[in-house]
Amino acid sequence: MIKSKAKLLQLTVTLTACAFLFIPTVMSVMAGVTANYFKGISSGVTLKWVFQVWELYADSIFLSLWLALACLVVTFIIGLPAAYGLARHPGWFSRVLEEFISLPLAVPGLALALALLQLYGTMKGFRTSWTFILVGHVLYTLPFMVRSILAVLAAMDLKTLEEAAASLGASPPRRFLNIVVPNAMPGILAGALTVVTLSIGEFNLTWMLHTPYLKTLPVGLADSYASMRLEIASAYTLIFFIMIVPLLMAMQWASSRAQRIAN
Amino acid sequence: MTLHLTNTAKTFSDGTRALLPIELTVKTGEIMSLLGPSGCGKTTLLRIIAGLETPDTGSQIFFDDDDVTLQQVEDRKVGMVFQSYALFPNMSVRGNIGYGLKMQKLAPDKANARINEVLEMCQLEKLALRSIKALSGGQRQRVALARAIAPRPRILLLDEPLSALDASLREVLRDELAVLLRKFNITAIFVTHDQAEAMAIADRVAVMDHGTIVQSGTPEELYRNPQSMFVAKFVGSAMLLDGSCKGKKLTLAGGVQDLPKNTTDELVFVRAEDVHISKKGSLTGTVQTTTFLGTHYRIGISGIASGVLTSILAGQTAPNIGDTVKVSINPEALLILPNGAHKE
Amino acid sequence: MTNRTFIVLCLVPLFIFSIAFLALPLIRLFLASGEGAAGWSVYLDILRKPRYLNTLILTVLVSLATTFAALGISTTAGMFLARNQFKGRGVLLSILTLPLAFPGVVIGFLIILLGGRQGLINQITPGHVVFAYSILGLFLGYLYFSIPRVLLTVMAAAEKLDPSLEEAARTLGASPYRVVKDVILPGLMPSLIAAGAIAFATAMGAFGTAFTLATNIDVLPMVIYTEFTLSANIAMAAALSISLGLVTWVLLLVARSLSGTTVAAGG
Ligand SMILES: Nc1ncnc2c1ncn2[C@@H]1O[C@H](COP(=O)(O)OP(=O)(O)OP(=O)(O)O)[C@@H](O)[C@H]1O
Ligand SMILES: [Mg+2]
Repeated sequence: MIKSKAKLLQLTVTLTACAFLFIPTVMSVMAGVTANYFKGISSGVTLKWVFQVWELYADSIFLSLWLALACLVVTFIIGLPAAYGLARHPGWFSRVLEEFISLPLAVPGLALALALLQLYGTMKGFRTSWTFILVGHVLYTLPFMVRSILAVLAAMDLKTLEEAAASLGASPPRRFLNIVVPNAMPGILAGALTVVTLSIGEFNLTWMLHTPYLKTLPVGLADSYASMRLEIASAYTLIFFIMIVPLLMAMQWASSRAQRIAN
Repeated sequence: MTLHLTNTAKTFSDGTRALLPIELTVKTGEIMSLLGPSGCGKTTLLRIIAGLETPDTGSQIFFDDDDVTLQQVEDRKVGMVFQSYALFPNMSVRGNIGYGLKMQKLAPDKANARINEVLEMCQLEKLALRSIKALSGGQRQRVALARAIAPRPRILLLDEPLSALDASLREVLRDELAVLLRKFNITAIFVTHDQAEAMAIADRVAVMDHGTIVQSGTPEELYRNPQSMFVAKFVGSAMLLDGSCKGKKLTLAGGVQDLPKNTTDELVFVRAEDVHISKKGSLTGTVQTTTFLGTHYRIGISGIASGVLTSILAGQTAPNIGDTVKVSINPEALLILPNGAHKE
Repeated sequence: MTNRTFIVLCLVPLFIFSIAFLALPLIRLFLASGEGAAGWSVYLDILRKPRYLNTLILTVLVSLATTFAALGISTTAGMFLARNQFKGRGVLLSILTLPLAFPGVVIGFLIILLGGRQGLINQITPGHVVFAYSILGLFLGYLYFSIPRVLLTVMAAAEKLDPSLEEAARTLGASPYRVVKDVILPGLMPSLIAAGAIAFATAMGAFGTAFTLATNIDVLPMVIYTEFTLSANIAMAAALSISLGLVTWVLLLVARSLSGTTVAAGG
């Protein structure tokens, strides 16, 4: 009896939490396709708002996609060799470096953005270019890329595999390309999806770093929440959901796969 | 190829002296085994030969007349079989075997011909396209061997290639490996801590202890003529008969044993197969343990020397525990070694 | 090229990037915090001036409330989902982890849809119920992004918990309540502390949600933002940022040493 009562309580809490998280999401999706939100869904279903968002904010969406892609490329170029280096060069230096680059996971984006602005804010050409926002995104996503790859590399006997390749005549760069990269693939994939997902949704740093001519998707969202009618804000949010939800699911799938391999 | 090491030593950065300066020569086509207890430096020596570990300054390694001491591992043209096999999980069996050939930039048709040849030699034809993850332990071992041998290395180095297998498989593969290595007709060094394995596979065995080679020779030489207590104990588990020698007599706790020659300050050892339980024996002891091993019994006898003396008894019945038995040992079978030959 | 050289070369880009865009900016920020009129005593001002002290206290209180609420809800739901297999479990799990990828602004907007002037609650209840822009709205927003983070940590720990321990307790005659108290909670404790630290640190630094909801509430990130943009009090903004960053960093360090998880403190 107690057991089933306890179960019931657990189920109630779970469902309430789900409702709390899901109902506003559904409302936002509905509002985005409703002709007039005050009159309710009976006023008709329309894509009018979505098209309007597209007219108003297409630039922001493309900028976000472009930034996510650039961020992926940079984190890959820096993160892959770095993860390999950290895996093969254990010791205090690597531990400190790993801890240090993980700082952006803990320190609020606002603080990091202020720091970047303090140092580079006066370099006009840099401050006003998209690469300034890119630096912020890379800063924030790089630890995910590095750790994701590192977890996979740490789980295999990389040193011996490389020694085997060396005894067969492979130079260090060849071993990296032929042995390390293919075997790190699950980690690279999980890391890449995480980087793209986080970059597209990044707001805290971006809000501080952006300029009026460079608004990313979430910056545009904040803008629409403040100044547009509810339907447009909702339609914009809907577009964001359509982009981010599949990415999030792919990321969760890839991460759990990488974790299975790592364990 | 003849391998020649002079004055080769290794001190790790933490100060561990894993290898004291040693000399070693392995002749062309010879299969040499490095035998010794855990931690004696076998792997270290093998890795120095491979180029995976840098020896202390003053060490010299020659492949024939070629001084390879300063050569990187990838330039040394060695074949290595790792204890864990270290097969590349991202490549098929064929990919693994062909990797060394690819590194040599061999033309694809030549490489393919060589891969096929090696696959056939190691009886892996049917597995060529399998993924590494879909192989049994024994198959992995053969792939590791095939991969090492495919680029025609100057020397083949094997680090406990059988230790990852379970006991029943190990004996079968041991004999198979002995045949294969001879088929390759290559200079090879084979590390093991199992004396039976070393004897079954090697032409010559080097027994190592605490970073040095204490004795090397053919398996027969080592077994019949150990030069030290350590070798006598490690190869064929000889037992010490501790008592007092006087002339050609050795007085033990369990009686008096004849010796083949006048002895005073030396140590006397015997092997289990030379300890016979017989009514005419001159030594008396008490049965402590009896173990039935199928083809024979192993009997532990106390009261003769200070330790338990083991006897191999072929027969249908064994004495009971607690029985008093007479034991005879042929004086010619005794191993008489100088005292203090074993340095700690 | 030797192996070691190559490995060191691999670390060079990361090293340069983190020096140029992390170490140097943070040092600059720290120096900037002492360049104001008050000098280094700006850090004392945080505790001396009521405006900052009240902000600090309010932020800590909201974050604490969020932490405990999220722990309670997510532990209950997480244990339920980890221990029961039923139809629709996957859907519930997806719903509960979905907000992981939502930026704080979006979460703020969702709370407005719930508790704003045109929000659901105001529509379905008689009278005027608007809470989105109050401290309750902020709390709900923080709760919204904390639930998934805590849930994932708890579920990962619950899956590692050895079910035979519970069975052993049962065979020894423990009631379900005692099993929870004596076996499950102690087993989950390190992860719960870790998850709590993550939730707390995240709430302390959450900017996006506060940006949409806390137009009239002084929480730390909003004060940093207004000091920087409106008052141009860069020293104070920097000092508050440094203090906030230090606190969240230490908390997450503790969290990681306890559970080994990495969850981003965005939001
Ligand atoms: N990288 C290292 N750093 C410090 N000491 C080491 C290192 N590698 C090995 N040693 C030490 O050197 C000694 C010899 O090690 P080695 O691996 O050669 O032994 P082994 O004979 O192969 O033993 P086993 O049969 O257990 O494999 C050991 O005492 C070991 O602890
Ligand atoms: Mg070894």
